[in-house]
Amino acid sequence: MFRIKNKFNAERDISGCGLCGIINAKKIKTNGSDIKKSISVEHDRGNGLGGGFAVYGNYPDYAELYAFHIMYDNLSAKADVEEYIKNNFIIEKEEPIPTFRTSKIYDHPYLHRYFIKPKSDRPDKLFHELGDDDFVVNSVMLINQNYDGAYVFSSGKNMGAFKGVGYPEDIADFYKLEEIEGYMWTAHNRFPTNTPGWWGGAHPFTLLDWSIVHNGEISSYGINKRYLEMYKYNLALKTDTEVITYILDLLIRKHKLPISLALTVLASPFYQKIDKMDGEKRELFTALRQIYGSALLNGPFAIVFGHSNGMVAMNDRIKLRPLVAAAMGDFTYVASEEAAIRAVCPSPDIVWSPKAGEPVIVEFEEKNIHQKGGLLGL
Amino acid sequence: MTKSSFSNIQSEYLALIDHNKCVRCKRCIQNCGWGTYSFGGDKILADHSKCVACGRCYTYCPEGAISIVKNPTVLRENANWKEGLIKNIWRQSETGGIVISGMGTTFKYKKYFDHILLDACQVTNPSIDPLREPMELRTYLGKKPSRLDVGLDENGEPVLKSKMPPQIELQTPFVFGAMSYGSISLNAQKAMALAARALGIVMNTGEGGLHDDLVPFGKNIIVQVASGRFGVHRDYLNSGVAVEIKIGQGAKPGIGGHLPGEKIGADISKTRMIPVGTDAISPAPHHDIYSIEDLRQLIYAVKEATDYEKPVSVKVAAVHNIAAIVSGIVRAGADIVYIDGYTGGTGAAPNIIKDHVGIPIELALAQVDERLRDEGIRNEASIIAAGSIRSSADAVKAIALGADAVAIGTAALVVMGCHVCGKCNTGNCSWGITTQRPELVRRLDPEVYGERLYNLISAWSHEIQEVLGAMGVNSIESLRGSRERLRGVELTDAELKALGIKHAGL
Repeated sequence: MFRIKNKFNAERDISGCGLCGIINAKKIKTNGSDIKKSISVEHDRGNGLGGGFAVYGNYPDYAELYAFHIMYDNLSAKADVEEYIKNNFIIEKEEPIPTFRTSKIYDHPYLHRYFIKPKSDRPDKLFHELGDDDFVVNSVMLINQNYDGAYVFSSGKNMGAFKGVGYPEDIADFYKLEEIEGYMWTAHNRFPTNTPGWWGGAHPFTLLDWSIVHNGEISSYGINKRYLEMYKYNLALKTDTEVITYILDLLIRKHKLPISLALTVLASPFYQKIDKMDGEKRELFTALRQIYGSALLNGPFAIVFGHSNGMVAMNDRIKLRPLVAAAMGDFTYVASEEAAIRAVCPSPDIVWSPKAGEPVIVEFEEKNIHQKGGLLGL
Repeated sequence: MTKSSFSNIQSEYLALIDHNKCVRCKRCIQNCGWGTYSFGGDKILADHSKCVACGRCYTYCPEGAISIVKNPTVLRENANWKEGLIKNIWRQSETGGIVISGMGTTFKYKKYFDHILLDACQVTNPSIDPLREPMELRTYLGKKPSRLDVGLDENGEPVLKSKMPPQIELQTPFVFGAMSYGSISLNAQKAMALAARALGIVMNTGEGGLHDDLVPFGKNIIVQVASGRFGVHRDYLNSGVAVEIKIGQGAKPGIGGHLPGEKIGADISKTRMIPVGTDAISPAPHHDIYSIEDLRQLIYAVKEATDYEKPVSVKVAAVHNIAAIVSGIVRAGADIVYIDGYTGGTGAAPNIIKDHVGIPIELALAQVDERLRDEGIRNEASIIAAGSIRSSADAVKAIALGADAVAIGTAALVVMGCHVCGKCNTGNCSWGITTQRPELVRRLDPEVYGERLYNLISAWSHEIQEVLGAMGVNSIESLRGSRERLRGVELTDAELKALGIKHAGL
């Protein structure tokens, strides 16, 4: 019923969706009931074939360790992967991810989590000097690609992805999210059109601390994929979301672009706007497009992108998918529909619809909201 | 007795005159560069053996009294001993020479562009209406760093830390292919220069140097350095937006060129910097480039001479091992690689080469793009694809296969009236394109045909915008190399693999 690997002989996954995100800028934690309530309002945006959540701040006791959520479709895959992990990582703790049978989610893979850190004398050190993050990325790709029957849900620190096949509110019950606490939540309700019933295809998609929930279909997928492959990313999942995650990883972690600049690669301003900028800025944005043209995400999307320092929500360059944001005190909410926000925050201080390509950027422990357009324009 | 009576080769075409319609204005006599027509005292006479079906006479006959028909006299049909083969044997037995002609091959090879279909959006992602939304075609040619080097200024705003390498800015991903002054007329070059300036694209001097009249068009010109080094001097190198080193040409890979002395008049002599009346012979190789490391030296010699302010392009013909060759060229420091497929045009080439040497641009391009990506150096150089881009559809497919821009040569000449008669080498072009005869050159008005070239490229650009919109993207860079948007029909597995695309339905 469920699938660990993408067994559908489809080049790529396309899906419509609903999404939402909740962040507290002061890192005050809430449990998962709000995000569940919010995403359940968007029930009709999915078709019951994929729902999921990312939560940040849920593993304070193991905050310095990489938390691997791995799903297995058989126990021999588990044994193989654990062998790899034992050889390369120090395992601080491992346990099954607590799940609760519900009437709705009756069929699921085996779900396990590991709190680990790469060994300093791991075997691959003989050949190269990878940093821990790079090694984790390589390990995730290795497991996903080479270990049949195993798939890494998430691999970041003090965060985790909880997802599966089903409506998101049922997935929330399956993982009992109301017993999990975090200061940032994102959620996703999926309407897949060609890889139905595959647990790995559910959002969020994550890599290290990055997590992405995404509504849209990237019309430029073909070139985005080939561009990433040039930088040795292995696009095993064939989903748009995977592409977005890897592009952000490349731009922010590897190329060290400030997040705000990396986002303008995804939804770059039009030349007609760039040409009107002053000297240095024009040069910068022209160069950005010249260099990263192949990383431009063309086509409809709304994404909520979580990372260890905060959250970003944004639309494509001509806003072909819905995205609404709201702020109330230290909380910022984003969602596909305003109703999803008002379900958990009936009268926010402010509600706005972010402009095309202009990101809503929320960072922790700093002056609440730094974002272009939107709020400032009001 | 006419000359044709001595030859086995019968006239290919008949120039038929309807004497009831003809008013004896003699315009056909004046217009035909081939001497087909003469006045016989009371009516126009036609020497069919001279007719090449260039279309000039009937286009300009005010009475519509002329029709050009294929000579109905047949050679016995034989699928093995085709007419062209038999005629070539006669020609060569009469002359002892190599058969030479102009334009690209006339052979019926498989045209891969015609077996590739484009994608469009339906439901799951929306198409975009180019009439209502911006649709960007702007293209930059040149070396791109693999990553942006940014720092923060005093206000914490990101700024560029290192300058971008020089780029050619094109408002639409077309360039005019290299056609030298000598192989074509100055007026033909001027028409392209006017169009290039109006369109925000570039033309290419070819290896015939830069005529003084074209110097003001420098911002829209690529100057070429080829094996003959005609017209090359320091100011020349610095007079355009880029310098192109020509190694090869799709119509004649591996061989040089020969502009006969009778075409070298005072003006061409000055522009090419050779004496009047001498043959301008371009050697097959550059005699200072016998290896890839020699090419590197020339690339950097050009960069030194231009103060590293101009991108350097290297033009090569698509041959069997093209992917490895281009990889070498990129590693040798080229900022742009211009790849010319085997159906590309020429002013003159031996048929043996034109019809049998090289490979299709579609396959070459796909393999080059893939190879450069595998090696992680695709960003190091832009790719221009050429070799009979016949329509905007060809251009779209070339770009999706991996080209940054496409070059058009033959299509530009067709705009100027060319009927692809393939007799460019004779210097008798009735349309004033591939001739230096002043009475013929004069009839090609650069302003008129500059505007028509502008029209054509504008129309093709609009068509590309339509396709982009249908595909749901609003910028040409989202199409570039996006082979996922292509599907093949009537292609074998090997062909699909070489193109890097899937069969339709998959």
